[in-house]
Amino acid sequence: MVPTSYYLILSAIIFVVGAVGVLGRRNALIIVMCVEMMLNSVNLTLIAFARQWDNLNGQVFVFLVMAVAAAEVAVGLAILIAHYHQSKSTNIDDVNVMKW
Amino acid sequence: MNSAALNLDLTALLPALGMVVAAAAVLLLDLVNRGGRAPTRPWLSWGALAGVLVTAALSIWLIGQPAASFQGMAVHDERAQALNLVVLTGAALTILLSVRYIPNVNSQTGEYYGLILLVSAGMMVMGSATDLMVVFLALEIFSLGLYILAGLRRNDRRSSEAAMKYFLLGAFASAFFVYGAAFVYGATGSTRFDLIGDALLAGRADPLLLSAGAALLIAGFGFKVSLVPFHMWTPDVYQGAPTPVTAFMSIGTKAAAFAAFYRFFTGALATEQASWGMALAILAALTMTLGNLAALRQSSLKRLLAYSSIAHAGYILVGLTTAAAPGIDGALYYLIAYAFMNMGAFAVVILLERQGEMDALGSRLNGIARRQPMLALLATIFLFSLAGVPPFAGFFAKFYVFAAAVQGGWSWLAAIAMLNSAIGAWYYLRIVVNMYFAEPTAETRIEAQQLSVPLTVTLSLAAVFTVALGVLPWVWTELVQSGLVGVFVGGLAAR
Repeated sequence: MVPTSYYLILSAIIFVVGAVGVLGRRNALIIVMCVEMMLNSVNLTLIAFARQWDNLNGQVFVFLVMAVAAAEVAVGLAILIAHYHQSKSTNIDDVNVMKW
Repeated sequence: MNSAALNLDLTALLPALGMVVAAAAVLLLDLVNRGGRAPTRPWLSWGALAGVLVTAALSIWLIGQPAASFQGMAVHDERAQALNLVVLTGAALTILLSVRYIPNVNSQTGEYYGLILLVSAGMMVMGSATDLMVVFLALEIFSLGLYILAGLRRNDRRSSEAAMKYFLLGAFASAFFVYGAAFVYGATGSTRFDLIGDALLAGRADPLLLSAGAALLIAGFGFKVSLVPFHMWTPDVYQGAPTPVTAFMSIGTKAAAFAAFYRFFTGALATEQASWGMALAILAALTMTLGNLAALRQSSLKRLLAYSSIAHAGYILVGLTTAAAPGIDGALYYLIAYAFMNMGAFAVVILLERQGEMDALGSRLNGIARRQPMLALLATIFLFSLAGVPPFAGFFAKFYVFAAAVQGGWSWLAAIAMLNSAIGAWYYLRIVVNMYFAEPTAETRIEAQQLSVPLTVTLSLAAVFTVALGVLPWVWTELVQSGLVGVFVGGLAAR
């Protein structure tokens, strides 16, 4: 059986890659993708802990996270399109009318 | 276990469900009248307001019968009820502010009121949540709604920009929050607050995982209530969002997130108070100081209120830091006082906005006392209360929280908080001085088109309660401590 720590290290790496992507990338679409990656790394963490504790809380939590992530993308893409109509750009450096 | 799993007792979530039903009803009403002639459809607002009032009645009726639903994942106790009332007050006053405002911003009034009600439902669920999963769900329910509401003015670049910033940073913060929840689950084997507490008492928790989880949760919550250093989005989003939405956001998110803060830290992590108490105290000190210092140099009223809202979040956090009953009740009193005085302040901002604008410069109030003495008086009440001048509600709110901090042995924090109130008084009172002593300019005029009956009602209600809560602070404390039923029964018995 693969020890829980392996899963935790893998998911931590994915989470950090996602976080660095959010902070480093300029394209809003890619930032949304990076956030999704962070949420999925959390799902992996939850599943690993659910197996370690041998209870279902973690697995139920994963379904909630997935449902929320889907809703978040739906709202987020709509906001992105609304902003694109105004600025004709998905680059977050153009989100600068107000002081950032 | 089997019979418990099938026992679907929804009592604890009834108020939130009431809001969801009201939201569905408003959306349906809007749909039925799509082809109607009246373009503004003000009765949608009255429908939404009726929904809020019915829910408030439901919430008041529920008190005295503490309930727990879904195997203890959500509860309805005195504090949940107090928070429900704060959120419902915010929602009701926001709806009144929106009657004239929103039709000018976006033609989708039905969706707007539906979202306001759904967002309130999410906030109320968060006030009742005693499980990290429920907290997460509630957090997302109200955040997703607020992202949309911030970008309501789709043809205005600043509004869509506010929505974009709020969404990107909010989603980022949510990821941290849920990662923290996963760590706490990993450390203790449960997401329910009482079981987490049991695991800690039994010494079964992994300390490293637990502290990492708690730190990530603080970051996630801190973002929602805009604690420094997670506050960067606040001024821009507050400035870009339609003003009634900003007012609602500043009150509702604070109430909801502080409820979850309180339940998680004093419920689940009660045994670790020594470590998180200091972390919260430092955050509170930073938040108050930076919020007030940044507010000093704002000329836009909405940005000023945004930084002032950051500072107030810091004061409320002082009450939570003590983790004792006086501090928590003080924070609850602070929330209701803040709901009324801040709503009033935002109503004044709406009066000053020109057609097509979503913000106003503070200089527009210069000398307004000569032209609009009543308005100047109301604005003075709200600003005095925000500054913490007796006898208004804001003074007693600060008094309770700071006194609780001193009692709890956090004297240095109370001292920093008092220094901050002095800094805060400077920028609020500067506006009051300008209102009465500066010369009126061409800019000094309010927009008659905005001065509608609902807005007047909002201003009056906010002013009456700001004064009443200050003169009779025990009314609310009684409500919080003994529950509404106790007060009603006591009142009847006294007759």
